[in-house]
Amino acid sequence: MSTAVFNQNLAPELKAQTARDRLRLGRNFFWTAICVGASFLTLIPLFSIIFLVVSNGVGLLTPSVFFELPPAPGQEGGGLGNAIQGTALMVGIAILIAAPLGILSAIYISEYDKRSMLAAAVRFIAKLLTGIPSIICGMFAFATIVVSTHTKSSIAGGVALAVLALPTILLTAEQALLGVPHALREASYGMGATKFQTIFRVVLPEAVPAIMTGLMLAVARAAGETAPVLFTATSSAYWLSSLMEPTQSLAELIYRFGKYPYPHLIQLAWTASLVLVVLVTLTNVTAQLVFGKRKRR
Amino acid sequence: MTDGTESQIPSFHRKGFRFDLFRLFTWVASAATVATLVFIAASILVQAWPAIARFGLGFFTTVAWKTSDPENYGVLPYLVGTAISSLIALLLALPLGVLISIFLSENFLALPLRNTVRFVVELLAAIPSVIYGLWGIAVVIPIVQRIGGPIAGALGFLPLFQGPSSGNSMLTASLVLALMVLPTITAISRTALVAVPGQLREGSYAIGATRWETIFGVLLPTAAPGIVAATILAFGRAMGETMAVAMLIGNSPRLTWSLLSPAGTLASLIANKFGEAEDLQVSALLYAAFALMLFTLLVNVLGELVLRRAQKSISGLR
Repeated sequence: MSTAVFNQNLAPELKAQTARDRLRLGRNFFWTAICVGASFLTLIPLFSIIFLVVSNGVGLLTPSVFFELPPAPGQEGGGLGNAIQGTALMVGIAILIAAPLGILSAIYISEYDKRSMLAAAVRFIAKLLTGIPSIICGMFAFATIVVSTHTKSSIAGGVALAVLALPTILLTAEQALLGVPHALREASYGMGATKFQTIFRVVLPEAVPAIMTGLMLAVARAAGETAPVLFTATSSAYWLSSLMEPTQSLAELIYRFGKYPYPHLIQLAWTASLVLVVLVTLTNVTAQLVFGKRKRR
Repeated sequence: MTDGTESQIPSFHRKGFRFDLFRLFTWVASAATVATLVFIAASILVQAWPAIARFGLGFFTTVAWKTSDPENYGVLPYLVGTAISSLIALLLALPLGVLISIFLSENFLALPLRNTVRFVVELLAAIPSVIYGLWGIAVVIPIVQRIGGPIAGALGFLPLFQGPSSGNSMLTASLVLALMVLPTITAISRTALVAVPGQLREGSYAIGATRWETIFGVLLPTAAPGIVAATILAFGRAMGETMAVAMLIGNSPRLTWSLLSPAGTLASLIANKFGEAEDLQVSALLYAAFALMLFTLLVNVLGELVLRRAQKSISGLR
């Protein structure tokens, strides 16, 4: 280890002088081996998932798969067109609801009343919302929107996904705002700027990359969720013509097609998985780059 | 506003119409965020009320979910299934997760290699549940089918491993669940381990302890509250996990102790039955959803409180 940062981490080099020492060092080596082995063991399932998703999914990955309607059971051909359309629409609705709510709340708890009861409540509730099962988000949208409008719709699916996206957006935005150095705010006040001007001209521009990363993580997570849209939006075999009609999503298509006994439909489910995994991986790499850079600064 | 780290803001900055309006916006958004949770609980409760009024608490101690009997519902097998699948998942994921968090916080290997492992574990958390389900059908079910028979043959005298074995089973679901909660345990345990003050480690090395004597004797006990919090939060995640479990567990309404036979969880029950449910069954499923929400909230509140206490006790050591 050449980096000085990890000096405190360097284990002492012990020399065995007695049989008991040799036993202790042997035990030490044993656990190191177990620990490193276990860590690399977990790479196997992930590689297995990635390998299967790519090898099974790439076969049908042609440009036309993005623009065609899904096939009926037993038929060949077809694509994911309306599922991609539905997922994009519902994720869009979710972000449209959750982003203003989450970012404004984050501004309140990090720029205005940091120590108020409300700020503490927002932080606590946001943490709890991250732990709420996604099927509960679906049940919520069902109990409110589907019950009152008497139809499954992209609006209902979007609301269910918004509940899911809210805590991700809020908590990353809070981290983003807290990461802005205080000196910047002080310099802004020093030049006579108001609090509002400071937030909009100094703090937010500085925090935008990290907030955008949070939004992307929320998009990736919402796009892959099945349970919230299962009984609020899906399913449909056609293109959308309004916001108030059943809507297909990629994730639900994976769930439904994955259970059919038709190899072609199962392969289409793998292709849909590939699209989602690529989306998720790209957002995670971006997040790593943005937040990693911040920490180094 | 006496933060200590913040400079005093001159009072004229607190005036002005725009400022107040924007502050009001942020306040309203915050209030709405807090209200969300209450609103979710209330709206589910209202729709579940017919079933709650009819079945009461007996709902949780009854075995009944048949299409032939649409007037009678009880979730005991699913409640047991939720508890057992989450417990097994934790039993598998906890040792592995703690070992990985030690690997990530020690310097066994160069930083880039550790970061790769960390990235992979974070990616595990980001993969959609339904893809775990699809993968489980393709990979884990065939494995369990192959090993299930021999296990039932060798250990069949235990009720836990009674045959006949099935690919769609409690064991399959728990294995995949373990993989899915691994990132939660790893991330929180790692934070707890990294937060242990360096002096404690140095002190232990100074009296001649080996690295692993230090880990077992000093680091893990100091980080224990954080690891406990990680375990509780992971339990909450496992309880509510829906799609992968619904695709793998077999969704049997029978009460069984065998890990090799099909079972069900509250979440998988909802995912499987809600589509074709009508009238009272919809209400009963929403009752199950309300119960699931209460359980996960309870577990999560407990986890957050333990996590807070853990962070406090660690910062007291500095």
